[in-house]
Amino acid sequence: MASVIGYYSLVFGFCFSLLIILFSISNFRNTNIFDSKIISLTFIQFFFVIISFLGLILSFVNSDFSNQTVFNHSHTTKPLFYKISGTWGNHEGSLLLWLLVLTLFIFIFLLKSKKQTKQYRILTLLFQQVIIIGFFIFVIKTSNPFNYVFPTPNEGLGLNPILQDPALAIHPPILYLGYVGSSIIFSSTLAATTLNYISKEWAKHIKQWILVSWIFLTLGILLGSIWAYYELGWGGFWFWDPVENVSLMPWLALTTLLHCILVLEKRLALTSWVVILSISTFTLSMCGTFLVRSGILNSVHTFANDPDRGLFILIFLFCLIFLSLFIFVFFHKDKTEFSKSFFWLSKETSILINNWFMMYFLVVVLVGTIYPIFLEVITSNKISVGPPFYNKLIIPFLIPFLFAMTIGPKLKWIKSDFQNKFYLLIFLVISLLLSVFIIKSLNINFLLNSILVTSAFFLFFITLRDFFIKKFENLSQNISHFGFSLLILSILFNNIFSTEIITNLKIGETFITEKFKINFEKIDQREEQNFKAVIGKFSIENSSGSIEILKPELRIYNQPNIVTSEADIKTNFLTDKFMTMNLVQNQDYFNIRYQVKPFMIWIWLSVLMISLGGLISLIKKKYEN
Amino acid sequence: MILIKYTLIFFLIINLNLVNAKDKNLQNKITKNLRCLVCQGQSVFDSDSEFANSLKIIVKQKLDDGKNEKEIYDYMKKKYGEWILYDTEFNKNTYFLWLLPILMFLIGGAIILKLFIIKKN
Amino acid sequence: MKIKTFPILITIIFLIIFFVFYKGLQNSNIYVPKTEIEKDIPLFSAQIFGTDNQIESEDIFDNGKFYLVNIWASWCVPCRTEHPFLLDLNNQKNLEIIGLNYKDKKENADKFLNELKNPYTIIISDKDGTTAIEWGAYGVPESFLIYDKKVIKKIIGPIDKDSFLKIKERLR
Repeated sequence: MASVIGYYSLVFGFCFSLLIILFSISNFRNTNIFDSKIISLTFIQFFFVIISFLGLILSFVNSDFSNQTVFNHSHTTKPLFYKISGTWGNHEGSLLLWLLVLTLFIFIFLLKSKKQTKQYRILTLLFQQVIIIGFFIFVIKTSNPFNYVFPTPNEGLGLNPILQDPALAIHPPILYLGYVGSSIIFSSTLAATTLNYISKEWAKHIKQWILVSWIFLTLGILLGSIWAYYELGWGGFWFWDPVENVSLMPWLALTTLLHCILVLEKRLALTSWVVILSISTFTLSMCGTFLVRSGILNSVHTFANDPDRGLFILIFLFCLIFLSLFIFVFFHKDKTEFSKSFFWLSKETSILINNWFMMYFLVVVLVGTIYPIFLEVITSNKISVGPPFYNKLIIPFLIPFLFAMTIGPKLKWIKSDFQNKFYLLIFLVISLLLSVFIIKSLNINFLLNSILVTSAFFLFFITLRDFFIKKFENLSQNISHFGFSLLILSILFNNIFSTEIITNLKIGETFITEKFKINFEKIDQREEQNFKAVIGKFSIENSSGSIEILKPELRIYNQPNIVTSEADIKTNFLTDKFMTMNLVQNQDYFNIRYQVKPFMIWIWLSVLMISLGGLISLIKKKYEN
Repeated sequence: MILIKYTLIFFLIINLNLVNAKDKNLQNKITKNLRCLVCQGQSVFDSDSEFANSLKIIVKQKLDDGKNEKEIYDYMKKKYGEWILYDTEFNKNTYFLWLLPILMFLIGGAIILKLFIIKKN
Repeated sequence: MKIKTFPILITIIFLIIFFVFYKGLQNSNIYVPKTEIEKDIPLFSAQIFGTDNQIESEDIFDNGKFYLVNIWASWCVPCRTEHPFLLDLNNQKNLEIIGLNYKDKKENADKFLNELKNPYTIIISDKDGTTAIEWGAYGVPESFLIYDKKVIKKIIGPIDKDSFLKIKERLR
């Protein structure tokens, strides 16, 4: 029943797109006043999508296996929380989430843009509806969440246990609010370009949306990394896997856009950058959707593969690209006033340099992700592009980037000078000494690492100093940049100081190294709703005598029949202790992997800090108005 | 006498441990750079599929035989193709991969420089 | 002029990207090592199944003859489905089938052969999987057709009707 309602709701939502388009076009032509009925229409469309979504959730909660999606991805013994989150943990359901965010955002946009002109609002609505219609057709024709299975099976195929994790449950909604939310930036920029509406005032208005999308995208990526760390058991949080890259690329474009819009808000410059970046962000989102759902890339995290769906998204994506290209070429007028008159040492330059580096990073990730596809099509050779590639190309460039990040915000608009900047030199020397001191004892890549740490410390100290001296001036920028420096420092120290032990142990055995002793005490068992757990109890005694107990698990799930390894992680502010236990075929010992990972929690906290800066900027706006 | 014997044994074990540690590090480094063909998203180091375990044994055997890192990678490439290496090599297949981003960077820098040179004149 | 060439260039680039993605969709994304290269057979030394004796690869393979090296195990389910094809191929006069018993226990392997019959002229034991890697295999079952000490055909996965017929073709 819920599925039937869900399906027809979806169809109605699609029909409403056509209704909205007709209505808006007539309003565009005829009257001078924006017809508020249009807002009601978009709300009703959103409402239909919500009903459809709730219909799917109910089908999951009731374990209605006559619904093919529920059958494929759920099971009666799954805990309720994961039954609900399983709704969007699959291809069809996540597309409903796409529609949800698309329709929600245009509704809120219309509500909050009352001060803008009618043509602008309607044109934005129309562009957004193009996207919405595309997705309705995609869902109804190729990815219907409400297909029937007959006869109704008694049991479902279950959800992959590694997806049954709290971080992963909320990761898609949060990520999509950012990822899909960039659609509104896309639509409104196209509308503004067509109407020659780009101005400082427009920048002020669109900045809110950019901030909202950016904050959610940052948090969404953070949640994905946290899930990877806690759930996947190898102790890493970023693997340059295509699916991860596909979320990072819009983030890079969006961050650059954010900086450009901050400039555009104050002075009429970088308008072409703003338009191109707005288009690129959403295009990259769509491109990412194509890459992970079409089966074209090989990854652990891709959705089920289907080349037919891939073809649809591909065509849809390129229609959007050609549409935006057309609008940009024929309608965009570059309106920079002061662009030709700023000095080389100025804030404008530093933003240009920021754009330059960010675009470089974007190109690195983009080329790394799609080059293997090109190579295979052209030469039939398959190669792997993995972490070593990205590390080699990105890390050296972080050094000048961090320096630019430190000095850039200190420069004045148009022209800056060297007065009163002595403290910069002092902090630079402090950073240098500190990093050399820390790195000296190790033999790895001394030069590169120490300069890298120096530049990160430099940013760290300067932003900290600015916080104490300037207090609430530029608070959001300070916090975000400080968070970024903390992120780089945490990642660097985590990489440099992590240690790892792999060994085989039988129950009762102890493994001894110079630094600590690992004793495999015993094995417990536990039964849960949908799995059986084998828990190993390990006591780790370090050189100072303190003992820590870690209990990694092996979980045997009933449906699907998979064995997963659950790491036990003990976190504190200084370091994480990470342990996994694995079965070895035909043997009576277990394979144990114990890692000590310093500063892990600071990696998460620093990303939170980065998004906090964005949030503060958003709130400050409301406070000022 | 017994003290000397035990001290010697102690040092021997410590040395072996150090040598083992270095070898282990190289072995880990190599297996982290090899992809597992069975679980295609994991490195041989992380994977415990049968294939990965056998590969680990082979890497250790080859290291014991005195082969260096490059020779082991060449061996793996010969058996399984370039795909098995995570660290993308720089050969005629991958010129564009490595050079395109650098090229873009230089072009970006050139554009910015041009902007300032134009203004100066 | 300058204003017009730039968008045309960009459009062409995007069209190229579109076609590459379109073609890319049709390729599989799972990596499988190339099966059509003519390679020399590896040199190896292995334990004869059921004994403590070693045998060298030079002693197994001769020029001018066909061999089929089949990697199998008693715990491997698809090996059962391909076994009838192996028994059939054993009837070919110019072909010798060499078995590579992969990560198996002797009792289980013996049971398997007793139940399904033994098509192998020689069986080698590969307890740790390293011999299979010498052959460039990564799973079970895999088979290699050899002539003149070169691998002329590689089959990944169980032998099916199609590959069975292709092998018979090459045997002529």
